[in-house]
Amino acid sequence: MSAVIQTKNNTKQQAALHDPTWVRTGLIAIALGFIVLFLCLPLGLVLFEAFSKGWTAYWSALTQPDTQAALKLTLLTALVTVPLNTVFGIAAAWAITRFEFKGKSLLTTLIDLPFSVSPVISGVIFVLLFGAQGVFGEWLMAHDVKIIFATPGIILATLFVTFPFVARQLIPLMQEMGNEEEEAALSLGASGWKTFFQITLPNIKWALLYGVLLCNARAMGEFGAVSVVSGHIRGMTNTLPLHVEVSYNDYDVVGAFAGASILAGLAIVTLVLKSLLEWKQSDR
Amino acid sequence: MNTNIWFNQLRVLAHMALTVMGLMLITNTALAERTLLNVSYDPTRELYKEYNPLFIQHWKAKTGETVAIQQSHGGAGKQARAVLDGLEADVVTLALAYDIDQLYNKARLIPENWQSLLPNNSSPYTSTIVFVVRKGNPKQIKDWIDLTKDGVSVVTPNPKTSGGARWNYLAAWSYALKHNNNSEAAAKDFIGKLYKNAAVLDTGARGSTTSFVEREIGDVLITWENEAYLVLNEFGADKYEVVTPSFSILAEPPVAVIDKVVKKNGNQDIASDYLAYLYSKEAQEIIAKNHYRPTDKDIAAKYEKQFPNLELVTIAQLGGWNDAQKKHFADDGVFDQIYDQGK
Repeated sequence: MSAVIQTKNNTKQQAALHDPTWVRTGLIAIALGFIVLFLCLPLGLVLFEAFSKGWTAYWSALTQPDTQAALKLTLLTALVTVPLNTVFGIAAAWAITRFEFKGKSLLTTLIDLPFSVSPVISGVIFVLLFGAQGVFGEWLMAHDVKIIFATPGIILATLFVTFPFVARQLIPLMQEMGNEEEEAALSLGASGWKTFFQITLPNIKWALLYGVLLCNARAMGEFGAVSVVSGHIRGMTNTLPLHVEVSYNDYDVVGAFAGASILAGLAIVTLVLKSLLEWKQSDR
Repeated sequence: MNTNIWFNQLRVLAHMALTVMGLMLITNTALAERTLLNVSYDPTRELYKEYNPLFIQHWKAKTGETVAIQQSHGGAGKQARAVLDGLEADVVTLALAYDIDQLYNKARLIPENWQSLLPNNSSPYTSTIVFVVRKGNPKQIKDWIDLTKDGVSVVTPNPKTSGGARWNYLAAWSYALKHNNNSEAAAKDFIGKLYKNAAVLDTGARGSTTSFVEREIGDVLITWENEAYLVLNEFGADKYEVVTPSFSILAEPPVAVIDKVVKKNGNQDIASDYLAYLYSKEAQEIIAKNHYRPTDKDIAAKYEKQFPNLELVTIAQLGGWNDAQKKHFADDGVFDQIYDQGK
């Protein structure tokens, strides 16, 4: 009798630990189906449309002056915003995790602001500040400084939208780490900079790279905020995402999807690097 | 040690980044030739793509100077807003006079009499509003009245943001007045039914075309005549038909030099010649080929067959843009009233 009950209990336990096969296969099928439907299919379609008229059409769409200018502007924007936001992110994370001061939680909230504000609003803010009718508009006009509808405006808007990425990655990590190692270094006579480069930076480098990567991906892909401050001058103030929209509206399907394929390629590279970093991090 | 290597790599990377940035700045400033920026509305992309090389050639022959022309396209209301906010357009070529008027009213960027500075109310080309339907015209759409019928799905942009959409709206309004003994109540009712049939209200004319053609929304697209023929050329006359209604509006898309900007950039000579040359025979040919109605008599006669004759009301007959704008498209104007009712 008792033996029978024993085995019954065992199977019950097993059933609780292992879901029936149909649940497992069902869940896997749903997850895979979703990925295929909403990720692989659109990405595949981008490539299919980009090459719909052959390699030469694809290549000539990419080497066209307007595309080249858009690519250059996108790279320039990323090259300026990513280093600036890296420095800012480290400084902010350092301040928040290492010091106690009034208004700290306010600062933490403010860092997240660009995430919670619609990118279009971020763009409009800069038009209201630096546009000809804006707060500083007259002064800027008088001194012949162009911000809105020129490269500085695009960089500013991108800077605003991407500034939480690095700080967001570092703050939890640095909070968790505590500051014993740094205190030890300082008490042994290391200078502030030396402590930073030899103790802090090595500890946070993977998280930092991860943040930089995400920041870069967004900087190159941002549409909404940049669209508002760009002015859409062809070959001048169109970034790659804006160029994709313009080409699409010109009925230049190959051009639009060729541009999109670069952005998709960038996304894939980011993903691969991201998994590499995660793997490195867990390895440590 | 390990950290030092890592730090050095970072420094190398930073150096590379700075060098690339420097190179890009140099290549950007190396192009010292004079450039002209034309800020235009949505459907003129193809027209100016053809006109700009012609003008560059003409200017080179005339002065020996090589100029570069830059284009920006978008909904006319949005584009005027951008110029007001500081987009440095040397010339604007927009969908309707009202948007250019704002450049005087709000910021004095142009003289008050801008529209009398060039022939034909500063409109080098005109157009009108027609319909595009799917091949075979399955819903039998012949005239404006058919757009108010139940079960007809209409695609037109939003009159609040699109110049073309305001022409569409006013054409329908005038048609309704004409067929209802000028009764405004009846016209409101007519317009209300029409916009109740609207499937989407895109922000610009080009967005509407994309909705109708690529997303296959709606039975009929109300649009510029030139945009309608572009649909046939781009997407096949075997899939779409253009229907010209019995009555429509004479759309006059005007052009203007932005005085304040050209004075600052030293582009007065190019900018005024750029617009004046739009009235030349060569340019008028390009205009006709792109299905805008040419204003030059000879070219108009040459392309007569391309443009069906129909009764056209003018904006002046409707009391001018200021009145029309205030009455119909301002907040709480007729459009807001009928559109809120429709919801």
